[in-house]
Amino acid sequence: MVGILEDKDRIFTNIYGLQDWGLEGAKARGCWNATREMLGQSHEWVCEQIRESGLRGRGGGGFVTGFKWTLMPQQLSERPHYLVVNADESEPGACKDREIIRNDPHLLIEGCMIASYAIRAHTAYIYIRGEYVAERERLEAAIKQAYAAKLIGKDNVNGWDFDLHVTHGGGAYICGDETALMESLEGKKGQPRLKPPFPAGAGIYGCPTTINNVESIAVVGTILRRGAGWFSSFGRPKNAGTKLMAASGHVNKPSVVEEAMSIPMRQLIEDHFGGVRGGWGKLKAVIPGGVSMPMITREQAETVLMDFDDLPRVQSRLGTATMILFDEDTDLVRVIARVSRFFKHESCGQCTPCREGTGWMWRVMERMVTGEAEMREIDMLLDVASQVEGHTICGLGDAAAWPIQGLFRNFRHEVEDRITSYRAGKPHVQGAALVAAE
Amino acid sequence: MPKAKVNGVEVEFEPGMTVLQVAELAGEEIPRFCYHERLSIAGNCRMCLVEVKPGPPKPQASCALPASDGQEIITNSPMVKKAREGVMEFLLINHPLDCPICDQGGECDLQDQAMGYGRDDSRYGENKRAVEEKFMGPLIKTVMTRCIQCTRCVRFITEVAGVPDIGLISRGEDVEITTYLDKAVASELSANVIDLCPVGALTSKPYAFNARPWELKKTESVDVMDALGCSIRVDSRGPAVLRVLPRLNEDINEEWISDKTRYAVDGLSRQRLDKPYVREAGKLRPATWAEALNLVASKLKVASPDRIGVIAGDLQDAESMKAAKDLFGSLGVTSLDCRQDGMALGAGTRETWLFNSTIAGVENADMILFVGTNPRTEAPVLNARFRKRWVAGALEVGVIGEQADLTFGYEYLGAGAASLSGLAKSKSDFVKRLKAAKNPAIIIGAGALGRADGGAIAKAAADVAKTFGMTWNVLHTAASRVGGLDLGFIPGEGGKTAAEMASKGALDVLFLMGADEIDVTASDAFTIYMGTHGDAGAHKADVILPGAAYTEKDGLYVNTEGRVQLGQRAVFPKGEGREDWSILRALSDRLGATLPYDTLAQLRAKLFADHPTFGRIDYAPGAAASAIDLSGIVAAGTATDAPLVSGVRAFHLTNPIARASVTMAECAAVAADASKIAAE
Repeated sequence: MVGILEDKDRIFTNIYGLQDWGLEGAKARGCWNATREMLGQSHEWVCEQIRESGLRGRGGGGFVTGFKWTLMPQQLSERPHYLVVNADESEPGACKDREIIRNDPHLLIEGCMIASYAIRAHTAYIYIRGEYVAERERLEAAIKQAYAAKLIGKDNVNGWDFDLHVTHGGGAYICGDETALMESLEGKKGQPRLKPPFPAGAGIYGCPTTINNVESIAVVGTILRRGAGWFSSFGRPKNAGTKLMAASGHVNKPSVVEEAMSIPMRQLIEDHFGGVRGGWGKLKAVIPGGVSMPMITREQAETVLMDFDDLPRVQSRLGTATMILFDEDTDLVRVIARVSRFFKHESCGQCTPCREGTGWMWRVMERMVTGEAEMREIDMLLDVASQVEGHTICGLGDAAAWPIQGLFRNFRHEVEDRITSYRAGKPHVQGAALVAAE
Repeated sequence: MPKAKVNGVEVEFEPGMTVLQVAELAGEEIPRFCYHERLSIAGNCRMCLVEVKPGPPKPQASCALPASDGQEIITNSPMVKKAREGVMEFLLINHPLDCPICDQGGECDLQDQAMGYGRDDSRYGENKRAVEEKFMGPLIKTVMTRCIQCTRCVRFITEVAGVPDIGLISRGEDVEITTYLDKAVASELSANVIDLCPVGALTSKPYAFNARPWELKKTESVDVMDALGCSIRVDSRGPAVLRVLPRLNEDINEEWISDKTRYAVDGLSRQRLDKPYVREAGKLRPATWAEALNLVASKLKVASPDRIGVIAGDLQDAESMKAAKDLFGSLGVTSLDCRQDGMALGAGTRETWLFNSTIAGVENADMILFVGTNPRTEAPVLNARFRKRWVAGALEVGVIGEQADLTFGYEYLGAGAASLSGLAKSKSDFVKRLKAAKNPAIIIGAGALGRADGGAIAKAAADVAKTFGMTWNVLHTAASRVGGLDLGFIPGEGGKTAAEMASKGALDVLFLMGADEIDVTASDAFTIYMGTHGDAGAHKADVILPGAAYTEKDGLYVNTEGRVQLGQRAVFPKGEGREDWSILRALSDRLGATLPYDTLAQLRAKLFADHPTFGRIDYAPGAAASAIDLSGIVAAGTATDAPLVSGVRAFHLTNPIARASVTMAECAAVAADASKIAAE
């Protein structure tokens, strides 16, 4: 058997787009089935089911989704509730939400409706990444179908008035941060807000808001249809369910696949992605989530499980479970320098450590690529990274620091060799001056 | 009250306070750049990081974190120290090392906090960032490379000044503070961003490279550019006033001052009357004090008292007006007037010419009706208060008069007096809400009162105030006006008003005390001008007696609320100039009517004895709507239909000091240009 998850247990049955993405096809695959009955249950029942299923946020945070929903006010006040779906999938390497949107959009739309019901919202926004143009068109077409079929909208067949809007970003990575996303959604500059207040208290337009990742929302309908127990039967405790995982880089068959949580990383790579280019032994490092997750070595990848609680054992994180693999011919220093440049470019510039630190780290990294750095600068760089990490308003500071920390934790010797070989054969500057003075 | 522990010391705090405020309550200093009490919380400089238990194992921005009961706040742990050093280092890596040529030097938050909380060395070997200069108008000098992007200026201009002219563009390390396409900041409060800027990015353009803060003598005084009497600090070096800064005064100006208050001071060293002059054969020639005073005395001696008149200007201190009143009163002169604009007030009780809500008190008003006033130009600092209240959603404003941009929304009710008198019978929604308002107020401007039909308008406004139970407020524009009215510096029996005095053939001798806002060119009287600047009054004068400007004398000023404030001398009068009261005292000797005081203290004692309201320094009476007796306001004639306009036509040029100021002239030109562009 390939992998752990059987075909019958897959939620995203059209993830490769082999069938009709439209309403008819989606209905044939089970979507929109019994939605009305689900919405006939109480709000609390829906939250409780999702909580029992053990679904944790699929955007990388890993916050228990059902619990997040219960943080919303239990009574409606004069301020309406909102659901916002974060489809601003902008991190290099991450490419899973895109497949949902273009091949199974109705799962997402149905999930939006159920989640909105659970949090007593009548309106939901999907904030989609600006670069996902075709995906946005697909999603809008699917929403149009749903409106036409009266599945959503006012006085729909499911019995919960519900409007769904698609907004697209301008191409800023930072708008994937939930509070920056809200700012951007309101038409302002995408800069993260301070927390508290948390979105459940004051989100978009100051109203209670829940923000979830596309995948977290898209699986909701199927979980309710098949039962919380079914979903939680996959994976280890606290890491339940199935998840879209992906690999890119030096694998034979880069792709997106739905797998059970807690599948061993090596099994995932070998079963689904055709193994590492040139064989497992050629593997040098893996970035487990998007590029912001610290990289791990082959030895660590050998044993680690793909879930929220096992990757921290090797000082990394699951992130979005969209791996990037590097074989032994890769210049990892250059990889991380490029990653640093990405974060420097995407920093919003609002708070000091990130605004100033990302540029500094990138510039030092660039010199380390050539070896044109001092040995002591390695520790300085790590110190700077620690001054950025955890000192910023949003998570971008952390995201910029972790890749560098991951590199030096596991491959410090490469940088040291680089510096040493750059120096070799060149006169020691201080010594040369001394000779000249004599 | 909830309690928290700050470094082990327990403190009680008000619910809703932030961790930073609680730490300060406990006496701990928290370094900060972006946080400012009067602005919204940005939380972006990250300098105020502290450790909080219970909480995540990383430092928290204390400015934005609400304190909670039982919280433990630690500001001196190694984690906090490292966090501060880290943030400080980040702020400094792209900050130029140009302190020696930076005007902020010596009063720079970044300098101070780098000393207090920074590392002792630099580890940054890359190139520093450079940022292009921006243009923000004639007042704000920019050196944007020094900017640390705290966004205080953006928040001030957007929130307090209400003119969203400054913004943060781009992102990441390329973010820049700028105005839209290098537009000048169109706010009367714009220069406050210079005080707010914690570094040398925004500094004072007129004061650039003039002095270091430690060279300056600081004198706490009172502003006279408008009738609010903002608290100011006059910074001087030698004989020159170099700059004016705001002083904290919650009751008046909080910590803002208008651009005119701040920058008109270069007018103090231009166009000055520095010696006595006497007109001979149509030309003014320098004279000695004895010569000038003897000439004045000889003219006064031969003139009949009913042919002598005195007009006091808008910047006059109370003491000089008192001395003038005593002197000319003893001569039997009844033609005294402090109302150059002919303001139709002064007869009734004191409340009729005061701003009875008080300046701080407008924050309790829920509805305000503006009649013939534009507070944005007449009293910009007060306007910021209205805006603050309006932004909080607690104030509704109605305007009768000009439809100007006040930086807050209002309901426009009409242009002329008819709209005012029609209110009582109106059934509009505004009037309905006005009837239901708990604390309504009416503000009548000097522009409405200073017209020929000002009396009728005042009466109509008083009727409206009575009908709706509104607190009666007069927004004056002249710093001396309330003081003058309190002194009774108005025509006595048979006396002539200012306008009558200025007319042809009305007087034999006209004595102008810094009166430049009234046109006296028609008068054929022998004119004496006692004042500071070669302005309108001096051009007409036959004798010029050089006086002292507000920074050059100790003086009492009464602001529009009736608050008596003490102005202090920062520098000596220019040249042979003398304090105004002492000129009058010298003159009284020559007239044989010697004033009964030899010192300012004696003069003040007499002032306090004759007019007890002056004795209560820094006290604003204030009065509730029901306690105000407006019966003293009686209609004289009927109101015409001419639209009501503000008394201030050009904000930057309202008095002789401002008109002599090059900076103000520049500002006025920019403002005129801007309105021209807007009109196109």
